[in-house]
Amino acid sequence: MLLRTKLHGKTYEFPDIRLLMGKANEEKSGDHLAGVGAETAAERVAARLVLAEVPLSVLRETPAVPYDQDEVTRVIQDAVDESIYAEIKNMTVGDFREWILADTTTPDMIRRISNGLTAEMVAGVTKLMSNMDLMYAAKKIPVTAHCNNTIGAPGTLSSRLQPNHPTDAPEGIRAEIYEGLSYGSGDSVIGINPVDDSYGSVSRLLDMTYDVIKTWNIPTQNCVLAHVTTQMKCMQSGSPVGLVFQSISGSQKGNESFGISVGMLDEAYELAKKHCFPKGPNFMYFETGQGSALSAEAHNGWDQLTLEARNYGLAKRYHPFQVNTVVGFIGPEYLYDARQIQRAGLEDHFMGKLTGIPMGVDACYTNHARADQNAIENLAVMLTAAGCNYFMGVPMGDDSMLSYQCTSYHDAPTLRQLFKLRPAAEFEKWMEDLGLIRNGVLTEKAGDPSFFLKR
Amino acid sequence: MDDAKLNAIVEAIVRELKASGAVQPSAPTAGSATWTPPAPQPFSAKPTGFGGSLTIDLPDPTTPEARMTPRVTNAKDPNGVRALMASTSARIGVGRAGPRYRTVSLLLFQGDHAVTQDALYRDVDQRLLDEFNLFTVQTKVSNKQEYLLRPDLGRLLNDEAKRTLNEKCQKNVNVQVVVGDGLSAAAVEANLRQMFPVVRQGVQSAGLTFGTPFFVKYARVGVMNDIGEAIKPDVVILLIGERPGLGRAESMSAYMGYKPKYGDTDADRDVVCNIFENGGTNPLEAGAFVVQIAQKMRQHQASGVKLKMAK
Ligand code: B12
Repeated sequence: MLLRTKLHGKTYEFPDIRLLMGKANEEKSGDHLAGVGAETAAERVAARLVLAEVPLSVLRETPAVPYDQDEVTRVIQDAVDESIYAEIKNMTVGDFREWILADTTTPDMIRRISNGLTAEMVAGVTKLMSNMDLMYAAKKIPVTAHCNNTIGAPGTLSSRLQPNHPTDAPEGIRAEIYEGLSYGSGDSVIGINPVDDSYGSVSRLLDMTYDVIKTWNIPTQNCVLAHVTTQMKCMQSGSPVGLVFQSISGSQKGNESFGISVGMLDEAYELAKKHCFPKGPNFMYFETGQGSALSAEAHNGWDQLTLEARNYGLAKRYHPFQVNTVVGFIGPEYLYDARQIQRAGLEDHFMGKLTGIPMGVDACYTNHARADQNAIENLAVMLTAAGCNYFMGVPMGDDSMLSYQCTSYHDAPTLRQLFKLRPAAEFEKWMEDLGLIRNGVLTEKAGDPSFFLKR
Repeated sequence: MDDAKLNAIVEAIVRELKASGAVQPSAPTAGSATWTPPAPQPFSAKPTGFGGSLTIDLPDPTTPEARMTPRVTNAKDPNGVRALMASTSARIGVGRAGPRYRTVSLLLFQGDHAVTQDALYRDVDQRLLDEFNLFTVQTKVSNKQEYLLRPDLGRLLNDEAKRTLNEKCQKNVNVQVVVGDGLSAAAVEANLRQMFPVVRQGVQSAGLTFGTPFFVKYARVGVMNDIGEAIKPDVVILLIGERPGLGRAESMSAYMGYKPKYGDTDADRDVVCNIFENGGTNPLEAGAFVVQIAQKMRQHQASGVKLKMAK
């Protein structure tokens, strides 16, 4: 294999696809940590010039981890629709980019091609896209899903109500839920990250959130984002579970460090179909994020963007209701500053949509990264333009338990009003009936948590 | 800030503005939770004459009372809003300006973000380490910047550290407690004095041996593996600073593992997190809790997901 180009008179040669893929990325601290980042800006572009000429079949044949060593690779490769793949395998990555962007390529055409793709192809084309390419292309691929309501329908923007509390105190969480609902957050899910992963505590929170949902007749679902094994126990013991959650990683080894496997997720999915209380048919919720495999030293020498694309291939197996990257969550060792976080957020959203999953984004940053709230507001605006399914709703964007900042209860209505979008249809009707929203705009009753104190 | 003070300040400002003619006499006197903003006044380009006498002298908006001031206008149940706010440290009851934040809340958030970054770049106070006779060893990281960018190096003890542990630490103990700076020196400083003695006491009264404790500078959670290899304890308890939250850097975690060794991952570990006084897991309780977990680990000879499956 020869992978070489000239650029401004200088010759650049890349030893293999792995390094070519790494060096073609926009600059990211995590790629340097993994030793695959481009050393100069020119080398980065040279890598892209070469990558643009690589046929998709080569990317299919070069998975980040070999087929016989990794179950994530097997899940993705085995799911490929071979007749669709046969149609595109000779296309180069550069041509594939243009095909996606072309006026003659419709959303349905892209959704169909999705089934012939592997994660490495998805990652490859992403590396050749500019930020606005990523927005434009993602906007072409709406992906909807249904649980108790519909997420991702064009013209809507949803918000996960994330009422975390540093000790899981049910009353504190309830107060945060009231505040969130009063702003129209919660149509994606009322989803709590628990401090205490024990069955007792998790089932208590499931009961409490279910009680709020039933009392107010809210067309939504609940979720407690404990380890999947805890949620499985809850389902088996009869707790009211709306969505079943798990963090996933792009390699088998990464998943092992999370204490999960494909077999375990298969089992959880079967339980979810049987026990979850909403209508469905989509019951699963996954979170991902560039750097999670690398942080477990489970990246097999590959770049974090490609590992991230593999998450989406794995997620697709379970027909999820929602998947979001928690872009910027882990820290500056993977995404150094606002610019890198914004880029990764656009990449992840596009890759999820191209893979065919209902993708949202937790647009966020930690206090040890060089970013601030303005940067995250910018990212949310860009992602809304790109058709992102949902964002997080956290009290003023400050998660008092996970120690990071993301989008807020206020951001959901603001983005909706900025872009003339609505909450999920069933949820909007519910808000209208309560008098919290009128013509897509919050009413004077909105923004008051005490509204929900008495039914 | 209490309401009385707030009232006094607001009234003083309103009085001044009234005197200068900048507001109509009908402007409301502020103070209660249900204060309604005045109707917007037409902007006047003419000098209004109060420039010379303008005095702005603000109280600290970061006091607990100021933070707990409800900002919802026209609340259905103002006392209810107060009660809801009292149940969580999350920023609720903040009200809105259109769909956006009110000015005070926005600026308070920005103020909190500004001070938070400082915690990252500070070292743990040597006097605290001396108090508990903790000697210091270091990972392969050599400065803060490298610590942030190279977590891989923060998971490995440097050679000198390995030699020191070999010399100074009792081997094959039941419980080895280690303190690490992690991402917040302030977290270690805020909790160690309370938590450490409880853990030591708890381990000893359970009839278990308590290994020679020490401090690891520039530590990541994964450094437990190297420690396990060097000391061969049954259980390692690593008390480490969590990454700082907004305006709050005192949250500590206890990561634990049964016989940690090369190649162990987070799936082999357990964690008790969010340890801090007033609102988090109380450090005294956390101390007792980790001793219990250590006993469970020894009983089942497992930790992490394996322990979960065993229970
Ligand atoms: C950052 C983080 C992560 C990152 C870790 C990567 C990284 N490089 O830091 C990612 C996103 C991968 C992650 C994943 C998970 N996390 Co986490 N995480 C955190 C967070 C926000 C900060 C941790 C921190 O400050 N560490 C200190 C620094 C110095 O450590 P470090 O060496 O840089 O990083 C290590 C630790 O962060 C550790 N770690 C992170 N999460 C967890 C969870 C468990 C159970 C263990 C044993 C270790 C562990 O992994 C890192 C690499 O070794 C805490 C919240 C908190 N308040 O502490 C939750 C937290 C620790 N995580 C939690 C959970 C539940 C998980 C998951 C199990 C979620 C899931 N359902 O899949 C997964 C899998 C964890 C695993 N077994 O590998 C819970 C733990 C609850 C409990 N008592 O068991 C916490 C408290 C948050 C929460 N309430 O949801 N997490």
